[in-house]
Amino acid sequence: MSDTTVVTVGAGMFADAVEGQAVEVERVDWRPPMPGTEADLARVATDPRRIAANAQAVQAMLGVTAHLVDVAPASEVLGLEKGQFLHAGPPIEWARTSGPLRGALMGGAALEGLVDDPEDAVALFESGSSVSLEPCHHRNAVGPMAGVVTPSMWMWVLEDRATGARTYCSLNEGLGKVLRYGAYGPEVLTRLRWMGDVLGPLLQAAVRGTAEASDVTGILTQMLQMGDEAHNRNRAGTLMLLRDLSPAMVTSGFESRDVAEVLRFVGGNDHFFLNLAMPACKLALDAGRDVPGSTMVVAMARNGTDFGIQVSGTGDEWFTGPAQVAEGLFLGDYGPDDANADIGDSAITETAGIGGFAMATAPAIVRLVGGSVPDALATTRRMHEITLAENPRWSVPVLEFQGTPTGIDVTKVCRTGILPQINTGMAGRVAGVGQVGAGLVTPPAEIFPKALAALAARVPG
Amino acid sequence: MKDHVELRSGAYADSVTLLQVSRAVQTTPGVVAAQVAMATGLNLEVLEGMGFDVPGSSPNDMVVALRLDDDADVATALSAVDAALVPRRPTSGDATVAPPRTTGAALRRGGTGAVVLVSVPGASATVEAMDALEAGHDVMVFSDNVPVAEEVALKTYAATRNALVMGPDCGTAVIDGVGLGFANAVRPGRIGIVAASGTGCQQLLALLHHAGGTCAEVGVRHALGVGGRDLSSAVGGLATREALSRLDADPDVDLVVVVSKPPAAEVAGELTAYVDTLGTPVELGLLGRGQRDLTAVAEAVLARLGHDAPDWPVHGADNTGPATGPLLRGLFVGGTLCDESMLMATDVLGPVRSNIPLTDDLALGDELLADSHVMIDFGDDALTQGRAHPMIDPTLRNEQLARAAADPSTGVILLDLVLGHGAEPDPAALLAPAIEAARSERPIPVVVSLVGTDLDPQGLDAQRDALVAAGAEVHLSNAAATRRALDLIGAFQ
Repeated sequence: MSDTTVVTVGAGMFADAVEGQAVEVERVDWRPPMPGTEADLARVATDPRRIAANAQAVQAMLGVTAHLVDVAPASEVLGLEKGQFLHAGPPIEWARTSGPLRGALMGGAALEGLVDDPEDAVALFESGSSVSLEPCHHRNAVGPMAGVVTPSMWMWVLEDRATGARTYCSLNEGLGKVLRYGAYGPEVLTRLRWMGDVLGPLLQAAVRGTAEASDVTGILTQMLQMGDEAHNRNRAGTLMLLRDLSPAMVTSGFESRDVAEVLRFVGGNDHFFLNLAMPACKLALDAGRDVPGSTMVVAMARNGTDFGIQVSGTGDEWFTGPAQVAEGLFLGDYGPDDANADIGDSAITETAGIGGFAMATAPAIVRLVGGSVPDALATTRRMHEITLAENPRWSVPVLEFQGTPTGIDVTKVCRTGILPQINTGMAGRVAGVGQVGAGLVTPPAEIFPKALAALAARVPG
Repeated sequence: MKDHVELRSGAYADSVTLLQVSRAVQTTPGVVAAQVAMATGLNLEVLEGMGFDVPGSSPNDMVVALRLDDDADVATALSAVDAALVPRRPTSGDATVAPPRTTGAALRRGGTGAVVLVSVPGASATVEAMDALEAGHDVMVFSDNVPVAEEVALKTYAATRNALVMGPDCGTAVIDGVGLGFANAVRPGRIGIVAASGTGCQQLLALLHHAGGTCAEVGVRHALGVGGRDLSSAVGGLATREALSRLDADPDVDLVVVVSKPPAAEVAGELTAYVDTLGTPVELGLLGRGQRDLTAVAEAVLARLGHDAPDWPVHGADNTGPATGPLLRGLFVGGTLCDESMLMATDVLGPVRSNIPLTDDLALGDELLADSHVMIDFGDDALTQGRAHPMIDPTLRNEQLARAAADPSTGVILLDLVLGHGAEPDPAALLAPAIEAARSERPIPVVVSLVGTDLDPQGLDAQRDALVAAGAEVHLSNAAATRRALDLIGAFQ
């Protein structure tokens, strides 16, 4: 014990006293936990299951490799029927939906032929007859922004070959006036129909015609070293996907005009890979679900009204609070008053340790979300305070290849008050507007003490 | 005079820092009184007592309460508060690297051999301690007010990791010469101490160090605290066993001493049986009715090492005249010193009322007053909620000292003062004026046990001289001080 070093947490005087004896001291910058959480924190900390449970959840998550195995309509792979709508975030009824989710549902109803004019869908959803709303997460799926999925939409299918588990996500429409941002004008529906008629079938042919299925987890590894954080920047990932799929597209037998159109569309949409990053993250996190005693967050999702989280140790229960409005930069003349509250399942990327958590690796976009490069480094470092592990596959070169902070721990969030940092797009508040900006947002703080209380209530004895 | 009171929600500093802030602000020109504190129940009472009107608040708010001269500037006083609150922290080379926010984060950043010292408020101590154990580190939990169920959970888990939990409510440890918490600076040697008592451990350190001045081979290698409840029925000596097995396995330890507040009978029995299985000789110093006092334990240790006990030093005996009344008032910052004195006094004087009574029927009410012999432990959990330990903040004890002096039935006042790392830089400077004031009306004998060594940062001689100059009689041995006080009371009767 002669080379004793001391870590102190609490009164600075004791650290001073040890330092005065010429002993190396590391001081913890301790502050009180979120109000009222002390007893629950102690109860969960001393839950004899916790340490092993978290190790199991983390290992299960880190062990998943997501392969792209198919592209197919939601009606086929999710069994979605006419009138059934999936949406982002925790469950919500029409009356409480926000503008962008309404707009996307209205456009989706028109796409499915339930109404001719999207405006007529309002009455349909108000009546509630013959239509139903369900979170994507309840069907092993995720959807960016409004996340609306209808039966005719084509879905990416990702699989963990070790277990056969699968997750799903729709195809990305690009930026601007798009359904997922709540736009439902004619150009939106025209594009969606083309995606159903041409893009989906061609991608299906390409995926099925590619001998070596794309390793989406592996692409994420590479893109994180190429300036993408896989939430607001997916440029390198998109191009790597094209590299994988282009040969089979060319030999698919589809009209060369259609192939060219698809290559142009994908190559011109820097966010195209987001819809693969998200289900890859979900596939990994789903493997960490339902471990009794685990305090790891397995989903963060927003429906434009509520922000919800699910936690490994508390099953399918959602802990929700009001979604916040992001801070960042706005397109054109739009300003903060035009922005809707946070929306989308894309926070699954942060839940898995990328997106805002990997901000340090994406300096190219720090100004897009209103930050600086030092902010980005500090953000990633700060997220290590609230996570259980570092992901050895997803490393950040500028931080000496340290793994990204992975596996949000409810107890650490409550202890430090540090909230998960999410990079996000901003949808217009009014249905039909589309995207108005991009920025940074955090969950409402109160959902973490709620989840903690549920964990504490489940501690045996 | 005018008052300024403001709440700062979200601001936080520990109670010791805030005490230092309050003192610093009090020296600002124009400031008559200043109290900067977290808005805990106890602190709100103090603020009310000072006449401040505090708006509705939560314990997570910081209260800044200032009383200023009429012509003083509030902004100047507030800037003094802000300046005092700025944390002293070495500037880091990389501004994007923030200090760790949890013990777990600090340990993940390195420090493989680290011992963790936890002194956050008791409600949060278990969580930080678990971080240390989870990473396989020993932890000292200075914090008190930790529920006993959490202590058992911590120590049960620690046993699976072969880690040691020193505490909760562990005031003192010395690990390979490094003092943690309140610890005296001692010369190194081959004695190991296991202490379920902080000030009991410090008394032993001080006595052995003094004896070692003439017998050079007497010194302490490690003093491992285990927390005052470790030998209770609920905890069952979990940490004491771990500490004993470590010291037994250490080839540089020749003799182990166990000191404890009065233990549960069945735990004491199990401990005695366990000690018999060890290869290293163990001297058990478990306080209790009919048991030896700490000084006798120290003498037994010296005897085992082949040395006669020295004459334990006394200074200022000339100050002491006869008792001025029939009752003994003991006001302690050290819980074990209080226990020891109470046990000795009970044998001679009969029942002693206390906030840590030997039997429940002797408990004192919140006002801490009784028309009988009284001994108070100001370091007890109930008196430290939301405020610093009395070794750092003597306010409560000094108030009680004045009250005892004003009571005509008070015959002798018995005090302790503890030096060492972590204690006030000059505690005698705060106690001596209070002693002088207590003796200003009539020459009440004030007997002090001054627990410290000549290597302590405060300087034993200077501290002693200040107390003697204030009219006290100063002993190194608390047992000797107590015996002296009992003799004086006995002579009065």
